Amino acid sequence: MTGLGRGLFRAASFFTGEEFWRGAAAIAVFLLFWEVGSRSQMLFGFAFPWVGQVPAPSGVLKEMYRLILEPSFWGSAYLSTMRVLEGFLAAMAIGIPLGLAMAVSRTFYGISFPVFEVLRPIPPLAWVPAAIIFWPTQEMSIAFVTFLGAFFTIVINVIGGAQSIDVRYFQAARSMGSSTFDVFRRIILPGVLPSIVVGATVGIGITWAVVVAAEMISGGGSAGSMGGAAGGGLGFFIWNSYVGGSYTQIVVGMISIGIAGYASSAILRKIGEWMTPWLAEG
Amino acid sequence: MAMQHAFHVQPSASSRSAAPAALGGQIAVQNVSKTYGAEGFAKEVVHNCSFTIERGKLTVMIGPSGCGKSTLIRLVAGFERPSSGAITVDDKPVTGPGVDRLVVFQETALFPWMTTYDNIMYGPRARHEDTPEMREFAEALLEKVGLSAFRKKYPAQLSGGMQRRAELARSMINRPKVMILDEPFRGLDAMTKRLMQAYYANLYDEFRRTTFFVTTDIDEAIYLADRILIMTNIPTQVRAVIDVNLPRPRQVENITESDEANAIKMQALSLLHEEAMKSFARGSKAAADFVEAYSKRMNKG
Repeated sequence: MTGLGRGLFRAASFFTGEEFWRGAAAIAVFLLFWEVGSRSQMLFGFAFPWVGQVPAPSGVLKEMYRLILEPSFWGSAYLSTMRVLEGFLAAMAIGIPLGLAMAVSRTFYGISFPVFEVLRPIPPLAWVPAAIIFWPTQEMSIAFVTFLGAFFTIVINVIGGAQSIDVRYFQAARSMGSSTFDVFRRIILPGVLPSIVVGATVGIGITWAVVVAAEMISGGGSAGSMGGAAGGGLGFFIWNSYVGGSYTQIVVGMISIGIAGYASSAILRKIGEWMTPWLAEG
Repeated sequence: MAMQHAFHVQPSASSRSAAPAALGGQIAVQNVSKTYGAEGFAKEVVHNCSFTIERGKLTVMIGPSGCGKSTLIRLVAGFERPSSGAITVDDKPVTGPGVDRLVVFQETALFPWMTTYDNIMYGPRARHEDTPEMREFAEALLEKVGLSAFRKKYPAQLSGGMQRRAELARSMINRPKVMILDEPFRGLDAMTKRLMQAYYANLYDEFRRTTFFVTTDIDEAIYLADRILIMTNIPTQVRAVIDVNLPRPRQVENITESDEANAIKMQALSLLHEEAMKSFARGSKAAADFVEAYSKRMNKG
């Protein structure tokens, strides 16, 4: 069977499989409970705690349909996506070489790891005020905080991945006449690739969490209040909906972020599978 | 299927006469000691050990497990340096790993991210020798180890026996003077192990490359060896050298019925038993020390 054929077959069997129906049933029950809970005041005369205050899914769906046709909603989603991409790509571009350098050079590791380990536990959001102070524009502050979200995860994964490469691979490569560069290119790089994929998949999830919070905190500033070039984004969209009292919009914003995070992790996993074919089963 | 095909290849008279005359590769280990750990906590693993791996012969090293055989392999391969003593290949001192001495590791050390073919071509490519002749040689080796149909598979997609054969091919393409095998068939099931031994014996008969083969299996040792080095318990030394002059090519059935082979086996087993008992005694002493120290501490507390 060709790759495409196999893919289609897998996709088809996914929709008929037990797993799919179990998942679908779970989501349906969840939505039903939510709908009933939201209408509890009307149905039972008293509001269920927590869920009784949340807009009903039917309302959310209606609002979602309305917003999908709204260019400004897509503008917010676009702004957040671009920030995630910028921060994430910068974290990859700086984090992978840094992690490799720390894994390869004992001296460099000794110098940089203590600093790295002190900075690593600081939550990205704790950087927001400092970022606003030392970056000239608000956009750069948000991008920087987003970058931090993925950066530490990627570096830690690269170091761990490189250190767990079987020492016999180096011995074998050396015996067969490999130069240092050859060992780096053909042993260390492919050896850490699976860890880079894991770091990237986890990192981009953190990036979404961070960008939204950063937008909420800084996006409502002078430029942000107009939803202009600076500020904006899904985080600001949610905050703005809250301030404006449009509760269904809040939920739509939340769901959009969930879908975006899921989609970006799924895309990275696919790219990862394509880049590490030796890990495939069968 | 391809596996069976490979095992049915008998070394024909013509292929044996076409085999290259014994390549170089006489290894001499002279008064080598190896100690690990910082001063005060030092542990001597190899003590004043001397032996030779003779050119064109298959020398099997056998000894109690944990006696320091793998350490000797790392020293001969050049991954580590001896604490004292000297190791030479054709009278030239060993200063590091080299393509003249290639190791086939315990379990598998194939690069997981390379296909069978890329693994085999690793050495030539590393030395910028990706020539048509080399590619042809790689094809011939793939054929010889019965993995032509598995050239594009990754190591994880091969069975244990296939992995060992791929690793043999990955070493052989570099035409090493000496092949070093560290318990290469360990971890295989009994059936596959028997097949691999027969297969490896054929391969050796064909190329007659100087070989240093380490094992803990006495039957494997007698079936394959020209010479057997029996090692003492840790810190290890050569306890005895036994020449095995059984005619080649050998058949497992003939070996089990041969009086000479059985005499060698009895001799080797009694020596190994003595060494194993020493390690047992040492183990008991360590246990006794522990019990003593423990009871002292309990009394104090």
